[in-house]
Amino acid sequence: MNKYNTFEKILIYSGILVFMTFILLPFVEMFYASLRPLDHLFRSPYQFYSDDLSFWAYREMWNTVPMLGRYIFNSFFLATSVAVITLIFVIPAAYSYARFKFPAKNTSLYVLLAINMFSGAVLLIPLYKVLRTFGLLNSYQAMIVPGVAFLIPTSIWLLKSYFEKIPIDLEEAAFVDGASRVQILRHIIAPLSTPGLVVVGIYAFIGAYAQQFLFAITFNQKKEYMPIPSGLYEFIGYQSVKWNEMMAASLVGIAPVLLVFIFLQKYIVEGLTAGAVKN
Amino acid sequence: MKQKLKSYNAQTYLAYALIAPAALYIVLIVAWPLLETIRLSFTNSSLAGEDYVGFENYQKMLSSKKFNGIVTRTFVWMFFSVSLKLIIGLIGAVLLNANLKGRSIFRVLVMPPWVVPIAIGMLGWLWLYNGYFGIIAGVGMRTGILDGPFGFLAYKQSAFISTIIADVWVGTPMVTVFFLAAMQGVPRDLYEAAYCDGASRWDRFFKITLPQITPVIITMSLLSAIWTFNSFEIIWILTEGGPRGATTTLIIDTYKQALGNYKFGRGAARAVVVMILLTLFAGFYLALLARINKKISHE
Repeated sequence: MNKYNTFEKILIYSGILVFMTFILLPFVEMFYASLRPLDHLFRSPYQFYSDDLSFWAYREMWNTVPMLGRYIFNSFFLATSVAVITLIFVIPAAYSYARFKFPAKNTSLYVLLAINMFSGAVLLIPLYKVLRTFGLLNSYQAMIVPGVAFLIPTSIWLLKSYFEKIPIDLEEAAFVDGASRVQILRHIIAPLSTPGLVVVGIYAFIGAYAQQFLFAITFNQKKEYMPIPSGLYEFIGYQSVKWNEMMAASLVGIAPVLLVFIFLQKYIVEGLTAGAVKN
Repeated sequence: MKQKLKSYNAQTYLAYALIAPAALYIVLIVAWPLLETIRLSFTNSSLAGEDYVGFENYQKMLSSKKFNGIVTRTFVWMFFSVSLKLIIGLIGAVLLNANLKGRSIFRVLVMPPWVVPIAIGMLGWLWLYNGYFGIIAGVGMRTGILDGPFGFLAYKQSAFISTIIADVWVGTPMVTVFFLAAMQGVPRDLYEAAYCDGASRWDRFFKITLPQITPVIITMSLLSAIWTFNSFEIIWILTEGGPRGATTTLIIDTYKQALGNYKFGRGAARAVVVMILLTLFAGFYLALLARINKKISHE
């Protein structure tokens, strides 16, 4: 294949620069704003240069948003619970789809795909009434219960494809040798599917972290259960928003998800795109 | 032995038992609420109680000019947002597919808008769009394009465009990543053969890459159409559907009616319209997918 000449290289890199600026500008500007003193931020027109950058906002934000630690914990707790509960429901179902033939198998798989297309927003009204009836409004469960439902379909599809990669011969051989189903599950399937479980778990975690806002603002008014996004939005309505501290708090709040993603991005992207690209 | 294996692989009751918990969960939290939404749309349900009202909600909704405006606006908003996502995503994928130094880093750097909670990303955009202190207004003022502070979210047209841009920002990474994956799935020998025949880079893109990834492009356009149609948080956070309704899409309107005014019945009627449109999209999507697969297997 021919190599790129210098002109083409310059063209491509400048294209990438423009593209990346669009993608990353909000994050760069959030970080920059978090380092600047408030009176520098409130200058119009915008000042590109500040000479007194500091991490002051990262200390002060804990006073301005008194429950910030709690919000971060809540976000983590909610996302973890949702991911774990999703896995509990999804593992047996995905295994069944990967291994058994049964009537309505394909139909039900496509129904799962279709469910993905209905966003939570359409179902909020009956969900609100259900949660109210069971007395679950304003609690962790109010955000966990609907969160799990919207992650189950994709998770089943993802995990199914991992289970399908485990050769069935292994299981059959063990079965013929007299191993019970439980033993097969413990000694063959569990160890071989660990990478798949990790990817699906991470997918559910990131998904749960991202989808917290809608359910949180609709089903929960109590501060002690709020995840970071809705917790921070309490402070945006005020007349003078302390932008540097808001940005600092946001970045601290998303750092864990970003780190998880950056370390595992290869596997997640492979898992997610495999199905779509094959079709 | 055969007999024994057969019993291992053909236990339908076990298959159903393993699926049952997930299926029940979906039925309870998704399927039943869908049906309940349809029922509610024929009532005047509110916090006070509910009575059956027949098609009243639908009649009121469909005869109101405001609602028709909202539907039109939703599709215009969607059209621009989806087109931009696909175009920018395709260009981005081509750029990141070029075999140059640093591309593996760039590929990771595209993804943050997709991974980070939308609500947090929008906090960043709120600051960027700030009319007095934001960087966009700042650049505009310094270059003389703007002659003073300009609140991008405060005026009808600029708010409409600004919410589209923010939506494109959230949606583009995923499109880029899928296009990129598709481009890498194109068999290399196709390119090598074309190169030997003297095809230019341009030719190779339009005659090989583009036709090869067309199925993924179609899939992604329908999927992004569905996600864009469902987009709630972006608009809600940036404008709450304002100013004066300029960014109120169907989803926003549904939310406002149902949970802003607690008019569950009216909200439900809107939700049913959303469901019907989504079902149409989904049917279109699955039919198209089937046709593409058929075409590919014929070739």
